[in-house]
Amino acid sequence: MSNRTQRTLATLVAMSLSFAGLAQAAPLSVATPALIGTEQAAAAQPGRALLEQTLARADVIAGLQARGVSVEAARARVAALTDSEAAHVAAQIDQAPAAGSDVLGIIFTIFIVLLITDILGFTKVFPFTRSIR
Amino acid sequence: MAASRGHAACKARQRTGEAGSAASAWQDAGVTARRAWLLGTGVAVLSGCAVFADPPQGVALASTAPAGLPPRTELRSVPFFPQTPYHCGPAALATVLVHAGIAATPEQLAEAVFLPTREGALQVEMLAASRRFGALAVPLPPQLTALFAEVAAGHAVVLLQNLGLAWIPRWHYAVLVGYDLVAREVLLRSGTTEREVMGFVLFERTWARGAQWAFVALPPGGLPVSANEVDAVQAAIAFERVAAPAQAQRAYDSVVARWPGNALAGLGQGNARFAGGDVAGAAEAFERVARQHDNAAAWHNLGLARWRLGQAEAARKAAERALARALDAEPAWREAAEALWRQVQP
Repeated sequence: MSNRTQRTLATLVAMSLSFAGLAQAAPLSVATPALIGTEQAAAAQPGRALLEQTLARADVIAGLQARGVSVEAARARVAALTDSEAAHVAAQIDQAPAAGSDVLGIIFTIFIVLLITDILGFTKVFPFTRSIR
Repeated sequence: MAASRGHAACKARQRTGEAGSAASAWQDAGVTARRAWLLGTGVAVLSGCAVFADPPQGVALASTAPAGLPPRTELRSVPFFPQTPYHCGPAALATVLVHAGIAATPEQLAEAVFLPTREGALQVEMLAASRRFGALAVPLPPQLTALFAEVAAGHAVVLLQNLGLAWIPRWHYAVLVGYDLVAREVLLRSGTTEREVMGFVLFERTWARGAQWAFVALPPGGLPVSANEVDAVQAAIAFERVAAPAQAQRAYDSVVARWPGNALAGLGQGNARFAGGDVAGAAEAFERVARQHDNAAAWHNLGLARWRLGQAEAARKAAERALARALDAEPAWREAAEALWRQVQP
């Protein structure tokens, strides 16, 4: 299944789910009013932003999948995020620091620094560089 | 050669002649200082890092040890999980969870945090994974003293470092397990090094380049000693999302015990009790918040809890107060308050 189809599907599922959720919260079926959740109270947002949040979560699931996480794992991971965390990941998944440093990375860093200092004419480590001076 | 030396000497004499020798020395010192400053700025700009401008906290720590902090501490019992390539996140997380008495392996945690194509783990997911494994994860204030206070209290701290430069970041998670204020060193479980000794200045620079981010993960009931109120409450709310009601209750109990005036923590305490089947206990918690803060959400939840307990008259009173508050000042809860009000009418 292509990425695009997957996304469309996820969006459709999310929308139908949230409509179901909205219907439940509608005054017609208020036989059992629910507690105001702590997270809702913290955001001072009742069900209004539900659709938006559901879409953000669907986005994050798709985003995690696109970055190599399996479907089940992605669902479980997103379920553990708060609404604001989910929104943050949805927006920052490629910009936020992802730490996983290893020694090779540090060697690469040193290589780049020396390359630049070589080019600027402060050092002459590599035979293939020519100083700009 | 002689001419040029004469020229330079002449200049110096001229300046001495103008302003006197004391002023000249002052001026020379000024020039040297300015050159040093320019050099410093150059380095700072090159590395894109503000640490050079701010005096490192470590320097201040060494001259005035904060009251109540032992001069050195090392948590020797903290386990060590050497990381495999790119898996410093799962390794660091396993280190602190096992130390806190929670069974977890880096392999299980990799399932919960690792992002294969980014070759690392996001900070938000480090917190979320702690919760999924049953620990309350609370971020710490951005001060070295806060980190050290945690270690002195027996808590291992996960922290984010940028081992590279701001423009070539090398993000890395490590675990702080000790410090020495006299030798000005910290001790880390880091990467494949079981006991890494790092000087204050280098440690602080790498930590500051990661925006001074750190957290402590503890089983519910425990709280970091240095955490601030907002972070602790947010952590408990996030924990409630994935935890069993009894666990969430313990987390809220500890937050309410430390900050009895926090409305959200009180509301959460009630919600967790309600979810665990303790409706009377929930009503008690909601009532405390409602009376203390007069907020619509607490009155609403109190009304609902009383209604469940069969206290119809008391439920009506709470529902009326919730509706009044919602209409007056908290429009976000109007729908909910109206629905409850209709429900409790005789």
